[in-house]
Amino acid sequence: MNNLVLLSGTASDSHTWNLVYLQLLLEEAGHRVINLGACVPPVLLADECEAEQPDLVVLSTVNGHGYQDGPRALAELRGRPGLAAVPVVIGGKLGTGGPEPAQADALRAAGFAEVFDDDTAIARFREFITAHALCRTAGTAS
Amino acid sequence: MTGFADAVARAAAAGRLVVQPRMGMASPLEMRAGLLAVRDADASTVGTLTVDSYTRVGDHRAALAALHDGARLNGYPIVSHHPETTQAVLDGLTGFPVQVRHGSADPRAIFGALAAAGLDATEGGPVSYCLPYSRKPLRDSVEHWSEACENFSGHLETFGGCMMGQLCPPSLLVALSVLEAVFFRFHGVESVSLSYAQQTNADQDAEAIRALRVLAGRFLSDVDWHVVVYAYMGVFPRTPAGARLLNDNAARLAVRAGAERLIVKTVAEAHRIPTVDENVAALESAAEAAAQAAPEESFVDTGVLAEATALVEAVLELPGDPGTALLAAFRRGLLDVPYCLHPDNAGHARSHIDDTGRLRWSSVGAMPIPRSSVDRSGPAPDSAGLLAALHRVAHLHDARTR
Repeated sequence: MNNLVLLSGTASDSHTWNLVYLQLLLEEAGHRVINLGACVPPVLLADECEAEQPDLVVLSTVNGHGYQDGPRALAELRGRPGLAAVPVVIGGKLGTGGPEPAQADALRAAGFAEVFDDDTAIARFREFITAHALCRTAGTAS
Repeated sequence: MTGFADAVARAAAAGRLVVQPRMGMASPLEMRAGLLAVRDADASTVGTLTVDSYTRVGDHRAALAALHDGARLNGYPIVSHHPETTQAVLDGLTGFPVQVRHGSADPRAIFGALAAAGLDATEGGPVSYCLPYSRKPLRDSVEHWSEACENFSGHLETFGGCMMGQLCPPSLLVALSVLEAVFFRFHGVESVSLSYAQQTNADQDAEAIRALRVLAGRFLSDVDWHVVVYAYMGVFPRTPAGARLLNDNAARLAVRAGAERLIVKTVAEAHRIPTVDENVAALESAAEAAAQAAPEESFVDTGVLAEATALVEAVLELPGDPGTALLAAFRRGLLDVPYCLHPDNAGHARSHIDDTGRLRWSSVGAMPIPRSSVDRSGPAPDSAGLLAALHRVAHLHDARTR
């Protein structure tokens, strides 16, 4: 298993320093990373996932539209062949007024494996990707 | 000269730095009130009308819908408001120049709307409003900007001195600002300003602004030009005192290096969009800092001019017009913006901040920059190091004022 992570911004977000930082973080944890950059429309995200078949998809956005843009991206992706089960997580500044627990729950209900939208986001994300890598290694061994 | 450039030239002749905010409101009445407050500030000011993000990306239908629904917009939708509305916003402001700021890789409609309202100044560039903020192919941006410039008769400022806001070594910022100005001139623009964004070390910044002036003198001798400094465009100090210090230092830098104009940042920068009062306070504070600073004649040469000259010459030696040359330069990696993820950027260049606070190259990719300029002693390019570099200026200024 090659631990390939596809990292992407959302359709309406032009920020990229968050993506540059997360790529380094993921590579340090031993993952290979494809970084799609800013302003990625759902169709492009799904096209790239279909072509690359990543082990994990990470959406990062800090423009405050994440609670709206996230589900649209996920819906397009789930409709594609071979992408029904790939874990997808989202994080960043997802709302314009700070973290909203109810909105985060709605994202989980929509099918996101995890939501990182509060003060503990980076610490929890580190734990998640470490566990994810271990889980993959175990899967290969068995 | 245009009304905008003329006002800047008059202030410069009188030894005063022109200061300018970033400001845009959806409501014509609020926009007008903001412009009047800036005009009446205790400083040599010019006004700014910043467009909203729907207008920036060309979604004028969404901007119009927001106006009808009374939804909040983060700027003035100049394309969606009727030209007469914008004329009313500006009514009676004769002699107070206003610049339109927009961030668009396709500025054609915005250029048309500002001219229809009687305005004569705006800003941007085919590279600087494409690579950092959009997915639009650079080729398309160059085409749109060529067309917009051909039909434009006012003053145009490059945004190329800002690329990514932070961590871009000064020589590349200077080169891109000059190249965008050369592009403007080729397409018929006769009055330009060249931007440079304050970075991490005042001495290095002063050297860079001097280099920008030398290259402007050489490559833009047949048009009217001046230099505009942007107060720090990266992660901003969170404390009011830290933010004020950084903004005031930008004003001192501008005067020291002979720049004519400064675009300020407010104490709200780290938190939210500033109020009109916060903008006026930032303008007056910067003007006061500028009045106590003096131009410097000599400066230490650490090679910024040589690097920037090599970059500009390498691009302009490529066949074709400046737009074609810029496209070829990015394709070959002769220009390569560190940490820029756009598909048309080579992405091999990296930078860091050294022990003295100067921005240095960690690697230059295929850019024509001597290997001796590359500092291999820098910190490992890991996630913690990147985060520290991004927050360095903010932390230093917050700490210094405690």
